[in-house]
Amino acid sequence: MTEARSEILAGVRAALAGVDPAPAAPTVPGVSLTPADAVAKFAERVADYRAVVERCGAAELADRVAAALPEGSVIVPEGLSVQVPDAVVDDGTLTATDLDRIAAVVTEARVGIAETGTIVLDHGPGQGRRIISLVPDTHVCIVHEHQVVADVPDAVADLDPARPLTWISGPSATSDIELDRVEGVHGPRNLHVIVVAG
Amino acid sequence: MSATFVGMPAFPEAAREALADSQLRYNLAHATGTIRDKRAKVVAEVDDWEDLRVAGAAVKETALRDLERHLVRLEETLTANGATVHWARDAAEANAIVAAIAKDHAAEEVVKVKSMVTQEIGLNEALAEEGIAAWETDLAELIVQLGDDLPSHILVPAIHRNRAEIREIFMSKMAAAGRPAPDDLSDEPAVLAAAAREHLREKFLRAKVGVSGANFAVAESGTLVVVESEGNGRMCLTLPEVLVSVVGIEKVVSRWEELDPLLRLLPRSSTGERMNPYTSTWSGVTPGDGPQEVHVVLLDNGRTRALADEVGRQALRCIRCSACLNVCPVYERTGGHAYGSVYPGPIGAILNPLLKGVGHDDQVDSLPYASSLCGACFEVCPVRIDIPAVLVDQRAQVVDAHRNGVPKPEAAAMKGAAYVFGRSSRLAGLERLTGIGLGLARRVGIAAWTGARDLPDTPKESFRAWWRRTDGGRRKEHGDD
Repeated sequence: MTEARSEILAGVRAALAGVDPAPAAPTVPGVSLTPADAVAKFAERVADYRAVVERCGAAELADRVAAALPEGSVIVPEGLSVQVPDAVVDDGTLTATDLDRIAAVVTEARVGIAETGTIVLDHGPGQGRRIISLVPDTHVCIVHEHQVVADVPDAVADLDPARPLTWISGPSATSDIELDRVEGVHGPRNLHVIVVAG
Repeated sequence: MSATFVGMPAFPEAAREALADSQLRYNLAHATGTIRDKRAKVVAEVDDWEDLRVAGAAVKETALRDLERHLVRLEETLTANGATVHWARDAAEANAIVAAIAKDHAAEEVVKVKSMVTQEIGLNEALAEEGIAAWETDLAELIVQLGDDLPSHILVPAIHRNRAEIREIFMSKMAAAGRPAPDDLSDEPAVLAAAAREHLREKFLRAKVGVSGANFAVAESGTLVVVESEGNGRMCLTLPEVLVSVVGIEKVVSRWEELDPLLRLLPRSSTGERMNPYTSTWSGVTPGDGPQEVHVVLLDNGRTRALADEVGRQALRCIRCSACLNVCPVYERTGGHAYGSVYPGPIGAILNPLLKGVGHDDQVDSLPYASSLCGACFEVCPVRIDIPAVLVDQRAQVVDAHRNGVPKPEAAAMKGAAYVFGRSSRLAGLERLTGIGLGLARRVGIAAWTGARDLPDTPKESFRAWWRRTDGGRRKEHGDD
């Protein structure tokens, strides 16, 4: 293997002998929006993906979450800021097969991106392991208004690449059959985003 | 799966067959037309799209021109993050590494994220020879795999199939690969997708080893990025104990922040969405979350050859969005199979000769000619690869590669032309014979040329004769001169 390594690197070096470096890439700012406009656009664009989006005040959050949940069991990560009655709190031991029997998951998010209608999870407290927001069929995701940024560059600058990240834009979807978009293939078929004031 | 591109005929022959398939042409025209419209709409939403293209091109170009440093850095950061880095010079080496990892874990099957690079190296076939089943989990790849078919598009590999054909494939082939299709399967896309979900879910839940490629690899943070839609990618990247990612050495970018223009360019260019449903990033092993054994195979397989090509190097910027396929008038009529490669369309027409080298294989040598040079591919390319310029350069390289062998008819004709044009008296002499020459050509048949082009009518007199007769137009053509 070290032979392959040195041969490839030597090949790269030989290929580029005498080639000038390219000029540094310019940065291109994203759209700029007031915080209120960003939240409104975020809600509109998430809904565009046929996800369910609703906005509420902090006091109503627990009720809205409960109302969003389907029949069946629900799992939540440790550190979720809202109480979900009868929810299983993930202790890191449930397997994929166990999770396949759970109907829904409630998590928070790290960032919301208005321009693209994207939520980003960095799987910290309140978000949990990647697997819990993947296997259950309904994902209820709480985004606080102050977490919403205008565009992709704002999000990239804000995120830590050392953490695993999951960017989610609408429910699982495919366009593989005659380019007809179908929601729900392998990931959660239902995405329910609750945007909380403050 | 026995389907393979090996031994495919040269493009003109394969294209002729594809052109005769009216169902294929209908499917393709519908699909490429739909996706062109979607792309145009979301690209028009972005005010500074051109600036983004310039930025995206520059991110990839700066990384490529300093590739050695970035690769060494990527290896360091990945290793520090708990991943194991392997290097593979060619397909056989990469396949052997993946097979050895699967065997180490006594895995008889692996689940795969859709990845161009693993198709390029024929990983599924190589694993099958080692007794390991590789399951494609992207819906389109599943359709291709079950149908014992070949992919025909970079983004939507089953674009050549319509819903009725897909239903038929699921009904007849799913049972042998695992969970059978339900008896009442209809050809509604939602119903077909649901059948695929059921079929694959049990494979996801039991898989020990996942295999992926990567859209981007960030040198400074040791981060890999996979962009997808269905969630099958997340399943493969998250559920198995072991993850192996095969990454072409051209996928590297320098810094995390540089992903920004690329993540804005890729989905809009590719699926015509503002953002794809899922993007996963990971940097080595995260304790207690996801695969606890992570391998990365850094693959050359012709990339250093392409890197050495001054004009062609830019093709390594390609982020596999497939926008160039959807606007190409040649692709739209022939489909992807005619290109005889997992990389079809305009980008395939340059990437294959660059990776494999010209002058050895008629099929590869035919690809730079599989274009009308209309330039639409350059216009849509999010990283500004000047595909027409590379095509022209590749044509010259193909001609050069054949210079010392038996000359092709075009070469002989060009040599003859050079002789004639070399002295005006020779040209004048030959002009008198033009009528005879064209007449003769019609008689002996030059079908290879006239099959796609018109042969001009014989002029009544040559330009020189006209000039002498009219003094360059100063004398009247007819009448009292």
